[in-house]
Amino acid sequence: MNVLIDKFDVFAGGFWLTLQICLLAAIGALILGAVVAVLRISPVPPLRAVGTGYVNIFRNLPLTVVMFFAAFGLPALGSNADFLRIPGLDLIFSRLGTDLPYFRFALIALVLYTAAFVCEALRSGVNAVPAGQAEAARSLGLTFGQNLRYVVLPQSWKASVVPLGSVIIAMIKNSALVGFFGVVGDLSQTADQLTSAEGHAFVPVAIGISIGYLIMTVPLGALLDHIEKRQAVAR
Amino acid sequence: MATGEPLIVLDSVNKWFGPLHVLDDVSLSVGRGEVVVVIGPSGSGKSTLCRTINRLEPINSGTITFDGQALPAEGKALAKLRSEVGMVFQSFNLFAHKTILENVTLGPVKVRKEKPAVARERGLALLDRVGIANQADKYPAQLSGGQQQRAAIARALAMQPKAMLFDEPTSALDPEMVGEVLDVMTSLARDGMTMVVVTHEMGFARHAANRVIFMADGQLVEDAPPTEFFANPRSERARDFLSKILTH
Repeated sequence: MNVLIDKFDVFAGGFWLTLQICLLAAIGALILGAVVAVLRISPVPPLRAVGTGYVNIFRNLPLTVVMFFAAFGLPALGSNADFLRIPGLDLIFSRLGTDLPYFRFALIALVLYTAAFVCEALRSGVNAVPAGQAEAARSLGLTFGQNLRYVVLPQSWKASVVPLGSVIIAMIKNSALVGFFGVVGDLSQTADQLTSAEGHAFVPVAIGISIGYLIMTVPLGALLDHIEKRQAVAR
Repeated sequence: MATGEPLIVLDSVNKWFGPLHVLDDVSLSVGRGEVVVVIGPSGSGKSTLCRTINRLEPINSGTITFDGQALPAEGKALAKLRSEVGMVFQSFNLFAHKTILENVTLGPVKVRKEKPAVARERGLALLDRVGIANQADKYPAQLSGGQQQRAAIARALAMQPKAMLFDEPTSALDPEMVGEVLDVMTSLARDGMTMVVVTHEMGFARHAANRVIFMADGQLVEDAPPTEFFANPRSERARDFLSKILTH
């Protein structure tokens, strides 16, 4: 078990990189997922079709396949995903700005995939708001946007937050795939590095990275339980 | 305003829910200041009729004109039209996350862009008019059904609508609360509000309506002043309906 102490800095580095990609992917997926959700509930049929098409594709493909498309498809199209080299942001998340594009590719794949689930979590919240609320808002003359902003979304949030949290927890675990698509040094790739390349025993290393993932997911799960209990009391 | 032109005109309106013909060639006009009560058995299409007037239900064919203008399709123009037609629902539909006063001022502030202070003042006056000024800062769930429905009427009135639609406004209420809501509606009718009221309250139809519309199977079967309708229903269907509800 000495590897946990001797290689603590390696585990810590892997933890930090996984945390970075998860933070960025969560923000991206929440924004994109919200946009897709608005499309899916829009009164304009072509917009609804775009939203539904998006969800049908990205919810139903394995993340691995999406990762393949990002890591091999984008370069084939001549893109290095340079639009993600966001000035300022790359000071904290240094991998955003590197010449090697695999961190950005993996981030794109994780965002595209997770956004489909975020959309559905948000939409299930919207569907939990009684139809009469939106009807009353429409009958007052509120536009679609005002209806969402002042009437539907403030009430849907309660029903969305727990499923949203589950989506983010799943995303953190899914991020373990990025190490196999060229991202060097995240938690799971750290395990590969320590066992295959440096010859450390597998089980202690696996315990080490498990602790890393649990540090991220368990508090999030506890927070969700807390929110759920508070809602139960309020009801 | 004093022209003889009717405010609401439905011309040969048809609507289907799948194979079900819920509105079968319905034509109707409602004059300014007129109170029209729509009665009929369940499933006769009377609620649907009411909901087509502000296009909460789109129609399949025919035309609906409000204040000389054909109903717009989706979009800003429709939102504007809806802001001029107040609607009161069977299940109140007050915004559950807002206080009673916030319910009443949301439309004026967000749709009409009124100053919050102005909207608040009129909102309080309206809540006073419907007798629940002391409930202004409570949430809908804290009010009785009758109070909630009166708040919903105040919310619709806050938009200063040209007409009010009532879709079975007392059907979800405890019997002892029906009166307080009907009182508010009667006073509105007396003040000259144009109203289309879908209801089972025959007493209200008798004393507050200018005309009674009887619907059955999606068709508009009778259209007569209340005294005439209740004394001498012309159709067999209406006689049958009245005999069933008036024997108890």
